[in-house]
Amino acid sequence: MSDGTPRMGFFTDTSVCIGCKACEVACKEWNDVPEDGLDWTGMSHDNSGGLGADTWRHVAFVEQRKPLGEHAPNFQREDDFRWLMASDVCKHCTHAACLDVCPTGAIFRTEFGTVVVQEDICNGCGYCVPACPYGVLDKREDDGRIFKCTLCYDRLEVGQEPACAKACPTDSIQFGELDELRHRAAGRVESLHEAGVVDARLYGEDPGDGVGGDGAFFLLLDEPEVYGLPPDPIVTTRDLSRMWKHVGLAAGALVTGVAAAFAGARR
Amino acid sequence: MSDTGSYYGKPIINPPVWAERDIAGYLFTGGLAGASSLLAAGADVTGRPALARPARVTATGAIVVSLGALIHDLGRPGRFLNMLRVFKPTSPMSMGVWVLAAYAPLTVTALASDALDRAPRTGRAAGVAAALLGAGVSTYTAALIADTAVPAWHDGHRELPYVFAGSAASAAAGAGLLAAPVTQSGPAARLAVLGAVAELAAEHAMERRLGMVAGALRGGTAGRRLKAAKALTATGALGAATIARRGRAGAALSGAALLAGSALTRFGLFEGGMASARDPRYTVEPQRARRADAAARARRDPG
Amino acid sequence: MTPRLPAPSAWPVVRQLRGDDPSARGDAAKSRRSATLQPRTADADRVVKSVCPYCAVGCALNVYVKDGKAVQIEGDPDAPHSRGRLCPKGSATLQLTTGSAREHHVLYRRPHATDWERLDLDTAMDMVADRIVAERRRGWQWEVGEGQDAKRVRRAMSLAALGGAALDNEENYLIKKLLTALGVIQIENQARVCHSSTVVGLGTSFGRGASSTMPGDLQHSDLIVLEGSNMAEAHPVAFQWVMEAKARGATVVHIDPHYSRTSALADVFVPLRAGTDIAFLGAIINHVVSNDLDFREYVLSYTNAPTIIRQEFEDAGADGLFSGFDPELRGYDPTSWQYEGAYVAAAAGQRDQEGNVRLQHGQGEHGPESRGTPTLDPTLQHPRCVWQILKRHYASYTPEMVERVCGVPQDLFRQICDLFVNNSGRERTTAFVHGVGWTQHTIGSQYIRAASILQLLLGNMGRPGGGVMAMRGHASIQGSSDIPTLFDTLPGYIPMPHAHAHDDFASFVTADAPAKGFWGDMPSYFVSLLKAWWGAAATKDDDWAFDYLPRLTGTHSTYDTVMEQVKGTVKGYMLFGQNPAVGSANARMQRLGMANLDWLVVRDFSLIESATWWKDGPEIESGEWATEDLATEVFFFPAAAHIEKEGTFTNTQRMLQWHHKAQDPVDDQRSDLWFMYHLGKRIRERLAGSEDEMDRPVLDLTWDYPTTGDHEEPSADAVLAEISGFNADGELISAYTELKDDGSTACGCWIYCGAYAGGVNQTARRTPAREQSWTGSEWAWAWPANRRILYNRASADPEGRPWSERKKLVWWDADQGKWVGEDVPDFEADKAPGYRPPPDARGPDALAGDDPFIMQADGRGWLYAPAGTASGPMPTHYEPQDSPVRNRLHRQQRNPARQIYEHPANRYHPDPGEAGADLFPYVLTTYRLTEHFTAGGMSRWTPYLAELQPELFVEVSPELAAIRELAHAGWATLVSARGAIEARVMVTDRMTPLRIDGRVVHQLGMPYHWGANGYATGDAVNELSSMALDPSSHIQEVKALTVDIRPGRRPRGPARRALVEDYCARAGITATTGVAP
Repeated sequence: MSDGTPRMGFFTDTSVCIGCKACEVACKEWNDVPEDGLDWTGMSHDNSGGLGADTWRHVAFVEQRKPLGEHAPNFQREDDFRWLMASDVCKHCTHAACLDVCPTGAIFRTEFGTVVVQEDICNGCGYCVPACPYGVLDKREDDGRIFKCTLCYDRLEVGQEPACAKACPTDSIQFGELDELRHRAAGRVESLHEAGVVDARLYGEDPGDGVGGDGAFFLLLDEPEVYGLPPDPIVTTRDLSRMWKHVGLAAGALVTGVAAAFAGARR
Repeated sequence: MSDTGSYYGKPIINPPVWAERDIAGYLFTGGLAGASSLLAAGADVTGRPALARPARVTATGAIVVSLGALIHDLGRPGRFLNMLRVFKPTSPMSMGVWVLAAYAPLTVTALASDALDRAPRTGRAAGVAAALLGAGVSTYTAALIADTAVPAWHDGHRELPYVFAGSAASAAAGAGLLAAPVTQSGPAARLAVLGAVAELAAEHAMERRLGMVAGALRGGTAGRRLKAAKALTATGALGAATIARRGRAGAALSGAALLAGSALTRFGLFEGGMASARDPRYTVEPQRARRADAAARARRDPG
Repeated sequence: MTPRLPAPSAWPVVRQLRGDDPSARGDAAKSRRSATLQPRTADADRVVKSVCPYCAVGCALNVYVKDGKAVQIEGDPDAPHSRGRLCPKGSATLQLTTGSAREHHVLYRRPHATDWERLDLDTAMDMVADRIVAERRRGWQWEVGEGQDAKRVRRAMSLAALGGAALDNEENYLIKKLLTALGVIQIENQARVCHSSTVVGLGTSFGRGASSTMPGDLQHSDLIVLEGSNMAEAHPVAFQWVMEAKARGATVVHIDPHYSRTSALADVFVPLRAGTDIAFLGAIINHVVSNDLDFREYVLSYTNAPTIIRQEFEDAGADGLFSGFDPELRGYDPTSWQYEGAYVAAAAGQRDQEGNVRLQHGQGEHGPESRGTPTLDPTLQHPRCVWQILKRHYASYTPEMVERVCGVPQDLFRQICDLFVNNSGRERTTAFVHGVGWTQHTIGSQYIRAASILQLLLGNMGRPGGGVMAMRGHASIQGSSDIPTLFDTLPGYIPMPHAHAHDDFASFVTADAPAKGFWGDMPSYFVSLLKAWWGAAATKDDDWAFDYLPRLTGTHSTYDTVMEQVKGTVKGYMLFGQNPAVGSANARMQRLGMANLDWLVVRDFSLIESATWWKDGPEIESGEWATEDLATEVFFFPAAAHIEKEGTFTNTQRMLQWHHKAQDPVDDQRSDLWFMYHLGKRIRERLAGSEDEMDRPVLDLTWDYPTTGDHEEPSADAVLAEISGFNADGELISAYTELKDDGSTACGCWIYCGAYAGGVNQTARRTPAREQSWTGSEWAWAWPANRRILYNRASADPEGRPWSERKKLVWWDADQGKWVGEDVPDFEADKAPGYRPPPDARGPDALAGDDPFIMQADGRGWLYAPAGTASGPMPTHYEPQDSPVRNRLHRQQRNPARQIYEHPANRYHPDPGEAGADLFPYVLTTYRLTEHFTAGGMSRWTPYLAELQPELFVEVSPELAAIRELAHAGWATLVSARGAIEARVMVTDRMTPLRIDGRVVHQLGMPYHWGANGYATGDAVNELSSMALDPSSHIQEVKALTVDIRPGRRPRGPARRALVEDYCARAGITATTGVAP
């Protein structure tokens, strides 16, 4: 990063998430995010629905008729049911589409390698909303601007950890230097596999993936889409040069076409 | 209970928060303006004032409307000028705004010099410059919407610029046919045919590439609009090639059909994109397939 | 924001072209705001140390204050028990305290008025004082009974109080002190309806009615059995220690009727039918004793297994009745349960009342002599030794029975048994974690006894990673039991005296203080308490003012109080942060009682249902009552929040934490300390100069606490000092062992003695976790004597050596001649393991060097409780009051000694098999959600919490949904003989139909946080529950009910009651239904 500050991020280990939603509330308290309505969804214990302008941390609840995998040594499990919980958040991508497409520079990459929307700049053009492959950014209707997780940029400035990570009772949300977190996560997956949780896998930790790796990555116990995450996200701007090429060719074709329409014109 | 394919069937990406009237309208008027500038310049240099003037008027009018729509759609319109804070090649919208910042004044200048009959040299120069920029104005919007995670838009990013170029051409031609006398609208008629053919061909190619995602363009409102758009465009082109030459009425009819066709293409594609964003299948299935291929490749040649 | 272009130099495009950020995605795009961003925690004026006001984990808080206002509240990372973490409720305490939901002004409802009016605080205080003085005089009782049976009671029967359990200890102390002096005995709090069963269960088994360990010690467990506890949801921050243990390889088992977030994180989930835990635990006990799988050395030396029981004792065999049962009085005479050759008093539970029975018999006025030495048989062969009795008692509790009664498959049950056995012994330990899923039953206290027996048999008590961890639910609910705003105890669990013919201090302590152990020093504790309350007036000649204490006659629990309200005896009622109209069993009975009052005082943050029932309660909505007809006068006083006052909370691990004041309460908001102190002053002013004997306790009361500020806030610090205790020279005492029975010491609560040792507020200590051992002994202060793990003498063998290196905690260091280790020894520090007391030794001296249970009358853990419980010496399975199945283990269907109440609004369901029983075919169990707090008085008004769980829902299995045509996310109506409510339907695989005795039993799960008021609203589940209580703890049964469920919303208006009455009629329910002993 600009001044050699190490890149900071989140490792969310969903295998120890107890679905308490402390992250959602701690985030709202700290960032003064508005309460956004009393609607009972019937989606298990999830009444927040998903990430949006007024939900920067979102806990997903997935009820499945599947064995947990992890169990007491040589214990025959009767129940074939499991309840997955996972706290989702902005991924702070290495290659962030929202940041690329933002026309005002409201979105920028901080010295911590995080991606932040500057509310004093954003003019609510909304371009970042569909650009994000994870559906993180959204417009706050009564405000007009776009909001999302800032990874508590203000707290990081003075060396404090983000509000959600600090509150998390079981350390499911871990904050730290990205390299160290990736190392820790690898170890965790290994020990889970040894414990028989064959489903455990990391998501977003690979710098080689379509977004160059996430600044906020996860340990999941099922396919990403089960949690509402894209299976193989790609930063849209990866194809931007090709887009420009075709735009150029198309523009050229248009000029040529018009020229042709005039050329050989009898009258 | 949630099925395994998605999280309670909720969309994975957030659908655009753009108002259809503003942004789909912007796509249409932008295209109309850009191509009209080209038509105007062509008419100007080939001495067809009766075609040049209405084209200039169309270009100016359309660009004013499109700029208005763009600003109107902002969450904080008062902050429109923040668009000029930075110059971002990675942001089609930023590029577009900078282009518009140059294009709009040139268009107005061209029209003004013609209307007030002043500084003809400057006027023509401005007209030619606007025409060149106009080509960009009418096609960059393809990159604007393709540069998103919206499946129907992004996955069509190779063909979309040609669809838009064609659509812009037929729209401008249509306007020309409507406004210009038959005696001078010949090029417009030819442009209509070229544009329509290009648009329909490119759109066909795009839908083939989109695969299952094309479903979002075929079903529902989007499907109905695009079907109508194709019909109108084809009819308009046919008319341009035939009845437009015979009389004003035929020309007007063809022109109107082409304009309507172009507008419906933009509104159809806009809605199609929204539909593809709302349904998680369009995000999940192609990505799953892609991941499967990658895995298969990895198995074939490890390391 | 102005659309003005920035000055060229500041124009990002320029920076972009100049700087090293050409793409304008970094520094070039950084805004002025971003460049100068500061977290509000950084520029706060000060950071105030506080404690979360929600559950009893007692998470430490840092309150950031700017310009005298709290601007941020976060966890304190230094805290050894919470490590800076918070649950959603704790994370929302900023909104709770600084949000808009709190009332600021006193509100007054005139009799028959249709709305509130404003009243100035002073006037309101005077009015309340006047009413208390007048009502006290009007309803005063000097005696009960006639002639021979006449007994002095000197009490005010027409006044009552019910408190929450988030009050500071200092506040509870003033409430208990003032009201007792006024002669009020009907003083209760949330602890009654929450964990009173734990106090009886643990107290009679081990000597102290509090959790034997702390959540932080669970990290050392090899097996953690969560049963009757939804720990991950109700105590998320404490659950971190379970996850810690899991990470270290421990096995976590969750046994519960309802699959919760706790089950999701457990290794094994065992669903069982609500209300059958004793059958389940009893079968494990049977497995252990009949296969000699116990930790024999531990059992022989540390438990009463070898103790021989009297000849007269008869076990509850097939019929299910122990000896001494009197069907008339629906209670036991426990004399026949006693030890052979000795008569021991219990350390908790039924003490001075000696059961209603003996009282009614008018016999044993001095109670039993607590003398003699028990006879032991170390071979465990004697047919009347506890071991053999236990073995016989549980012989019928087989795996087959577990399957038939609990619905747990036999092989699953056997695996659970193996887990217990394989994770206990010298090298390994197992911990039990329970919550109100165990306590709230008509036999609740015996659930805890059953777990206690198992832990004693397996040798898990007093050892690292062992014990019984009672997860209590409120910030100071442990404190509300220690300094009890409870009718049956005085501070420090000294029994509240019952009315006996001509009794005095001497006979009281003779009856209740055992000859052996630390309860033998009860006279010192009691005299010191009376000195603290009545100072100079408490002299030896005046029998220590023992006569000033009002006397009990039977039970006066909050539910008895409700009946007294309905009867019209109780006319004045005070609620301190408690919402019975939603939170107590049979909410309708609560309202019927309140509607019959002359006046009601409500102190709370917001207008809870208990404050507004007269204008918008269900009876108003149904048209049954008209507000104009209701004569009750209602006073609402807005309360100060935890950050607006200082004082101590006692958390679930017996730890007293001092919370400092961060901001001032505004307008009429005041602390309960302020309210009680100034109320007391006003009352004393009114009684000043009275010659009336009844006023002497009030006038002689020590009531002079220093005050500060414009509000004249009394000093909580001074109150804590009084609680901790002084000697004759007014110096602070450092330990209860220094207390004397000669009047030279004063101590408000002997178990808290030392909280202010050395003139230092020990409860305010905050040594960071990283700077001390894992026990966290230098963080705040735990009773007794700052011991963190109770009975830790038992972590060493009889010779004082650790049972194993892996599980060492406290051991005897012969060279130093004292007990040493990680924790403060729960034993006389220099008493050698080999010490044997001389025959004439009494009290602590009578404890041998290997008697680890120092509060017990025999120094041993009680597998068999010869005294203290009102429902038998050993846990026995009885079906809940309302149950769909017959008791398969004993002929006795229900706990014969349970407390039930006859009232048209409190009808019970027919016995299973009887006509009409099938109208209420489903088992309903209630539970808590992480996002809300009990009756919702705090959480439902907090938007950040309300939005997370906005509506009441009922969890049903897909199978039941199909049977009853319940649509997911639709509505359902639930009906019992008490009421009808509606809830959203949550169809989920988390609810499993159970196969019970050859038929399928469906269970429903419902959180109970909702009521009509607040931001998130819904029906109160307690409209369905009945008042049926455990006779030892007087706790209501709300964890196992029966109901009917039907699709659609409930009827509105009169049709709602009509529906309930129709069910009762069709079920043939009468006053006699379900009331047989």
